[in-house]
Amino acid sequence: MSDAHSRISALVNDHDVVLFMKGTPLFPQCGFSSRAVAILDHCGVAYEGVDVLQDMEIRQGIKAYSDWPTIPQLYVKGEFIGGSDIMMEMFEAGELQQLLDEQQVARAEG
Amino acid sequence: MPMSAAEIESMITAALPGAVVEMTDLAGDNDHWAARVTAPQFAGKNRVQQHKMVYEALGGRMGGVLHALQLTTAIPTSD
Repeated sequence: MSDAHSRISALVNDHDVVLFMKGTPLFPQCGFSSRAVAILDHCGVAYEGVDVLQDMEIRQGIKAYSDWPTIPQLYVKGEFIGGSDIMMEMFEAGELQQLLDEQQVARAEG
Repeated sequence: MPMSAAEIESMITAALPGAVVEMTDLAGDNDHWAARVTAPQFAGKNRVQQHKMVYEALGGRMGGVLHALQLTTAIPTSD
C-alpha cells in the first residue's frame, strides 16, 4: 500500500466528513471547490478541508483512491459520495442533508 | 486545445448509444461546459456510477483537457 493511500485512508477514517479541495474552506481556489464548500456550510456540518494544492502526493493519490478524475471530492464516514455536481444534485433533492443526518455527523460550531 | 461541444457529445453517444446529451456553454468561451446526459444505460446505477460511465466515455480527458465540465446525469422517463 502506498504512502498516499494510507494517508488518505487515515484522513477519511479519522473525520466524519472530509472534503478534498483546491484551496481552503475560507479561500477556495476553484469554482467547483467553492461550490462544494458552500453546500457543506449550508448543511451546517463540521468537516475537514484538505487542500490538495499544498500536497502533490494527496492530489494525485486521491484520484486513484476514489477512482474519480476531478477535485473536489466528498467523503462521509469513510465513503466516497461524489464530486461537486453530485453534491449539488443530492443537496437539491434533500438527499445530502438526509445522508448527513442518518450518519449522525457532528454539526459545525457557532 | 479545448474540446468542442460536438466532440464531447459524440464521444459520449459513441460509448452510450441512445444517450441524449444537452451541452451548455457556461462562460461563453467554448471551454467551460455543462452537460446533461440522459441515457438508458444509467438505469440501476447510482450517481457515482453514472458519472463514471460518462468519464469513461471521455477516455481520461476529464480532469485533464476537460477541466471544467459540469455534469448532470438522468435516466430517461418512459412515455
